Amino acid sequence: MTLGDFLLMRHELLLALALVIVLIAEIGLGKGKKQLLFPISIGLFFIVLVAGFLPVTEGELFGGMYKTSVLKVMMKNILNIGVFIIFLQSVSWLKKPENNDKIGEFFLLILSVLIGMNFMISSGDFLMFYLGLETATIPLAALAAYTHHQTKSAEAGIKYILSSAFSSGILLFGLSMIYGTTGSILFDQVSVSFSNTPLQVLAFIFFFAGMAFKISLVPFHLWTADVYEGAPVNVTSFLSVISKGAAVFIFIIILYTVFSSIMHLWKDVLYIIAVLTMIIGNLFAIRQKNMKRFLAFSSIAQAGFILLGIIGGSKLGMASTIYFILVYIFSNLGAFGVVTAISVATGKENIDDYNGMYHTNPKLCLLMMLSLFSLAGIPPVAGFFGKFFLFTSAASAGYYWLVFIAVANATISLYYYLLPVKAMFINKNDQPIPFFKSDLAMRAGLIISAVGIFLLGFFSFVYEYLNTLSIGIHN
Amino acid sequence: MDFLSFFVIIPILTILAIGLTKNFKQARVAGAIGMSVQLILAATLVILYLHERSAGNTATMLFTKDVLWFSSLNIHYAVGVDGISVAMIALTATVIFAGIFASWEVEFLSREFFISLILLSTGVFGFFISIDLFTLFLFYELAVIPMYLLIGIWGSGPKEYSAMKLTLMLMAGSALILVGLLGIYFHSGAHSFNLLEIAKTKMPIEWQRMFFPMTFIGFGVLGALFPFHTWSPDGHASAPTAVSMLHAGVLMKLGGYGAFRVAIYLMPQAAQEQAWIFIILTSISVVYGAFGAIMQKDLKYINAYSSVSHCGLVLFAVLMMNQTAMNGAIIQMISHGLMTALFFALIGMIYGRTHTRIVSEMGGLMKVMPFLAVAYVIAGLASLGLPGFSGFVAEMTIFFGAFQHHDIFHRVVTILATSSIVITAVYILRVVGMLLLGPIRNDHFLHITDAKWYEKLSTSALIIPIAAIGLAPLWLSDMIGASMRIIVERITMLF
Repeated sequence: MTLGDFLLMRHELLLALALVIVLIAEIGLGKGKKQLLFPISIGLFFIVLVAGFLPVTEGELFGGMYKTSVLKVMMKNILNIGVFIIFLQSVSWLKKPENNDKIGEFFLLILSVLIGMNFMISSGDFLMFYLGLETATIPLAALAAYTHHQTKSAEAGIKYILSSAFSSGILLFGLSMIYGTTGSILFDQVSVSFSNTPLQVLAFIFFFAGMAFKISLVPFHLWTADVYEGAPVNVTSFLSVISKGAAVFIFIIILYTVFSSIMHLWKDVLYIIAVLTMIIGNLFAIRQKNMKRFLAFSSIAQAGFILLGIIGGSKLGMASTIYFILVYIFSNLGAFGVVTAISVATGKENIDDYNGMYHTNPKLCLLMMLSLFSLAGIPPVAGFFGKFFLFTSAASAGYYWLVFIAVANATISLYYYLLPVKAMFINKNDQPIPFFKSDLAMRAGLIISAVGIFLLGFFSFVYEYLNTLSIGIHN
Repeated sequence: MDFLSFFVIIPILTILAIGLTKNFKQARVAGAIGMSVQLILAATLVILYLHERSAGNTATMLFTKDVLWFSSLNIHYAVGVDGISVAMIALTATVIFAGIFASWEVEFLSREFFISLILLSTGVFGFFISIDLFTLFLFYELAVIPMYLLIGIWGSGPKEYSAMKLTLMLMAGSALILVGLLGIYFHSGAHSFNLLEIAKTKMPIEWQRMFFPMTFIGFGVLGALFPFHTWSPDGHASAPTAVSMLHAGVLMKLGGYGAFRVAIYLMPQAAQEQAWIFIILTSISVVYGAFGAIMQKDLKYINAYSSVSHCGLVLFAVLMMNQTAMNGAIIQMISHGLMTALFFALIGMIYGRTHTRIVSEMGGLMKVMPFLAVAYVIAGLASLGLPGFSGFVAEMTIFFGAFQHHDIFHRVVTILATSSIVITAVYILRVVGMLLLGPIRNDHFLHITDAKWYEKLSTSALIIPIAAIGLAPLWLSDMIGASMRIIVERITMLF
């Protein structure tokens, strides 16, 4: 293996290097100097982010276990952008006195998760896939329990690790059945010999169950609301966009390449699950008063919409899914950013506390409104384009009734997305949340989200570029 | 930059200018300047359009521009106008111009108010200039955000409830339109979102049967099609003055326009098969809306139900699918747009003086505010179809065209719809009598002032076109008719 080959793993290596440097800094810096970790970590990560956009050479490593292509690199870059925004938004939360001795841990854990996700996306066989998945999951449980002295956070961590261990066990069982029936775990070899014998279908279902847990599809979504509510708000934003996004990326790649031979089967499964997920996510979101639970259920419903892109099965399907994840990252991080800013400044997370906030904090309210409308899919923000392309992809495969149910659900979702808008702009409050200024990093994170929400839609080159990278199902 | 895109650019520039202003006086001046420019631009468009046509240009759409936007889906930013769109753009410019002046006294968060109002009109202008279905739909949905805020923040009465109901129902309508659009895109054979290209192809009848009702009902929700009109009375009554003007005057016409430009034009065979169902529904709209207006005690609710009735008449006429009736539908759109805007403006002005909207509590207002009272009488007479005003031209053309169908079904529904003229006369004359004539019921009213300059400007801007179209309708009718002929040919062509 030459150096050139080794450098194919550019993303993972850079992340590992950044992780080591942050670790050394964490150990080396004295008690008073911990604040230096912020510029170190964020600066290093910015370098990783930018380096990710350098030209890619495609190739394979470790006998086909690790594969890289322009498409996979683009997926990793999209995740990196999201993590960068999350880092910016978490600075003010980490500066709080109770988190002051754990600053380094936060960055280290997130970098570890990201390394795991990168390996998962670049996997060329099921072993690398599983390694990446587990590497991504376990630090996340620690992150969910970050403020472990609060019972809700500790509960979130336990719930997450237990349910993900269970689902990983089922996934592994499915993978072992795949090996048993096809004799290989390499994606290329499995896809050739996969067919719809009963044991293989069962294997697929177990695999699907494991992935559906990560993506929070119904009926594997039960962990979502409690973990999202208990975890600290920055970890929740990470879970809702990056963890879900990475899982969707590898899910669609595996479905389109490995399981293409049973396409008609998983399309039916996705149809039912999409309908269930959208409806249940929406119905539960309507009742939520805690902003974190609210956004949790909204993200469950969004996962249902994402399935519409996957069900298309074509280049358009993959392009619309990846594009939607990108837009979803910006929209959700915009909303979570505002929730974080308010939570850090005032500790308030309930929608009733947001009443009348427009009069004191107009810019935050405007950004929240834009993010919510982007999540709902209203023009002119990017969320409209994202949802439109998802529906187009499902329609291209002929699923018109599914599109009808989806647009009906989009209408229902508009109702609960309007509830925070109503609270902020219309409801009256004698004591609204007073004006506060967020620190520079938070403001930078919020501005980046706002710019993304606005521009990603109108500038068609983003979607068109993703379209050129996408692959349809090869039959 | 092409000429038509200015109709979208100027409102956006106005919004940015308002964002930079510091107080409400500056905001309203900025809004007024912006929309005056827009009105001049609209007048220029009419003149240029007529000039082009008389010079012999017979293209379906004029002043077109086409920019490829998303190449993989064949989405373009494509604009163009024909006689019908030109008339609608002129209507919108007039109504928003009058609306800015009718809102001259909005002080609470006035910058945000004017920004939202003009954003609403941007969506409408964009809708009328678009000939690419994706762009058309984008502008159509652009109205959702400002409507909710405008009614929820600046409205009155059960405003949160009305705002939410209106927003959700209109969004449900656009959801249906979206499904219809995707169906048209994939099955028309043109694999394009461009209206003109789709119009050249023939969509298979099975797909037409599925997508025509979706698209028609989707647009019909906004166009007050029974039983999807229920958002309208509460929505219009709770909305602030200028918003009711713009919404009832222009936005509801988006529904009627979309119904024929997208649903009927692109799927004519299914339209002819299924028209009878929707004709029944629209006739119910017409008659039920008029009866509903009789029962109301609140001025705004009376006008809201009246709008349901008149907008129902637009859809009714469009479904007749012949040249005369469809011409009449467009004239009715313009006429009713101006009239209802005038009504809502006047109601707002009356409310600002008497602080009540209940008719029985007022009376004898003609004595204390003659200008506004006469304006109200004019609006009322136009609404019930008095010759000399545009309402007569519109309704006569519609019923004449509808009666051209010889079969019993069409004749019966036409007669039923015509009865709305009588019912309209009942509630209009009764309101005029109770409100304006007779003794003054409340001594506070003796101190009412008459119209201020901006109110006079606002109402005159609406009355003059109503009278002009009523007295000299042919130029408008010919402009619309020439473009409608192309549409009717396509609709009635037997493939």
